[in-house]
Amino acid sequence: MKKFSGKVLFLDRSDINTDEIIPAKYLTEITKEALKPFLLEDLVLNGFNNKEDINDKAVIVTRENFGCGSSREHAPWALEVNGINVVIAENFARIFRQNMYNCGMFAIQLPKEKIDYLFDTYSDKDTTITIDIDRSKIIVTTQDRSDEIDFVIGEFDKTLVKEGGWVGYADKNY
Amino acid sequence: MGKTLAEKIFDAHRVNMPFPDTHVLKLDRVFCHEITTPIAITDLMARGMDRVFDPTKIKAVIDHVTPAKDSKTAEQGKILRDWAKRHGIKDFFDIGRNGVCHAIFPEKGFVRPGFTIIMGDSHTCTHGAFGAFAAGVGTTDLEVGILKGVCAFHSPKTIKFVLNGSLKPGVYAKDLILFIIKELTVNGATNMVIEFTGPVVDAMSMESRMTLCNMAIEAGGTSGVCYPDMTTVEYLWEFIKDEFSSKQEALKEYSKWISDEDANYEKIYEYDISNLEPMVTFGFKPDQVKPVDEMIGTKIDQVYIGSCTNGRIEDLRIAAEILKDKKINDDVRGIVSPATPDIYTMALKEGIIEIFQNAGFCVTNPTCGACLGMSNGILANGESCASTTNRNFNGRMGKGGTVHLMSPATAAASALEGKITNSQLYKG
Repeated sequence: MKKFSGKVLFLDRSDINTDEIIPAKYLTEITKEALKPFLLEDLVLNGFNNKEDINDKAVIVTRENFGCGSSREHAPWALEVNGINVVIAENFARIFRQNMYNCGMFAIQLPKEKIDYLFDTYSDKDTTITIDIDRSKIIVTTQDRSDEIDFVIGEFDKTLVKEGGWVGYADKNY
Repeated sequence: MGKTLAEKIFDAHRVNMPFPDTHVLKLDRVFCHEITTPIAITDLMARGMDRVFDPTKIKAVIDHVTPAKDSKTAEQGKILRDWAKRHGIKDFFDIGRNGVCHAIFPEKGFVRPGFTIIMGDSHTCTHGAFGAFAAGVGTTDLEVGILKGVCAFHSPKTIKFVLNGSLKPGVYAKDLILFIIKELTVNGATNMVIEFTGPVVDAMSMESRMTLCNMAIEAGGTSGVCYPDMTTVEYLWEFIKDEFSSKQEALKEYSKWISDEDANYEKIYEYDISNLEPMVTFGFKPDQVKPVDEMIGTKIDQVYIGSCTNGRIEDLRIAAEILKDKKINDDVRGIVSPATPDIYTMALKEGIIEIFQNAGFCVTNPTCGACLGMSNGILANGESCASTTNRNFNGRMGKGGTVHLMSPATAAASALEGKITNSQLYKG
């Protein structure tokens, strides 16, 4: 199973689309690793620099409709090869969300007030998030405080994360 | 309680429900192109599972970058080509016979009412125009689809649009779908199927219905659907005439793929669209839409007519009617990409290609290239394009470029002016 813990990258914007996550010109790559330098290269967000801000991050916290647009699974893969296996948002575009779980990664949906709370309390701090799958808790910590936030995911999604993705599960069951 | 079209299709295709709200469906079609499929193939090979569930249900095309532009895209094409040959996938469309996936697959008669279809391409929702449940998926879903012929979906909720009245001259399906996306916003239909119904849709050609369904994803929709009717039967007749004794019989069979009157909808919108004006996008989201009159005068550097949204013969005819005996503005680059070889041939025979060329357009082979900035037709930093495509994301057609989405008529008129204009000024 993948690692679901580490430093948080806060992206304070809604509708971050798949072209921003990984531009189409890189879809000619046929290995996931080749996508690594290009994650969020075209993201329109004040002050964001993909060369510096992604370094050593493992979790993204963002607003609404993350991953809208293309079906390209290159978007989760670009996250994965950068060590980011968790995205927490108010909601996700369907295909992107399914792609995350199909790859054994987390796309966790939280109500608006909890997303607001995370931004208000933690976005200006050096924050770490750990996903406790069995207890369905998001554990948020900084040097001087911590929180536990409940999350809900379906049984299918949980199974895909635990089994490492859809291909293995489907091969056993269909 | 009655059922929606999507619920009926789910009932007819459900293999099982391994978890609550998880329907595993049997697939009638798995469509493939050379950008998202090769990684699925490579992964299946690496897992020792280089198999396909049914070569007759898999259809493949090289369309995003064709002819190959470099060694990497040549390699992608080669992986798909070799795989199709290895597994006896007869319906494989390579250069010379290839076209934009969502235009060529319906044209070849591969879609039927009531089908389940997936493809590693978000605009797969286009095929819902035939009353099918067609959804874009990622490479892993595609991989399982290829291997096992199944895909998992949550229960489909449905939004219904009842579109009354009729479209004014100079207003098209593209204007209508831009208006609908504006109403829904970019995630207003997430996880939902959008049903397009009413007299406006009844009067539409299959091409126009495909334009409507094509952009369902831009409101987040899983699929867009229209109810099958005699227009659907007429479009498919060449491919189904051996299955039915008459068109009426085919219509009767296909008519089971409509929603019940008492079906449960998430929301129903009803509009009289008789006063709808041509629409154009601004900004970087497809719900940023204004009537063309509020965008008139916006300078453009390139005009692109093509793509899975508006590269069909109907679209080229509409544009050609405006461009006939005229020249495009000196400061504009005009590009037209007929979406399939058959469309190209029809356009040649009808004199449409000549009209485009005489007007100053460059005519390319059928390809998706410009729409997503993958091969030809890329914008320079700071340039803008009047485009009949489906997405205006930042940098979509090239870093620093801006895309304005519009109908072929608006695009053609804008090419003449070198700035966004209302095509109705060029009519009659």
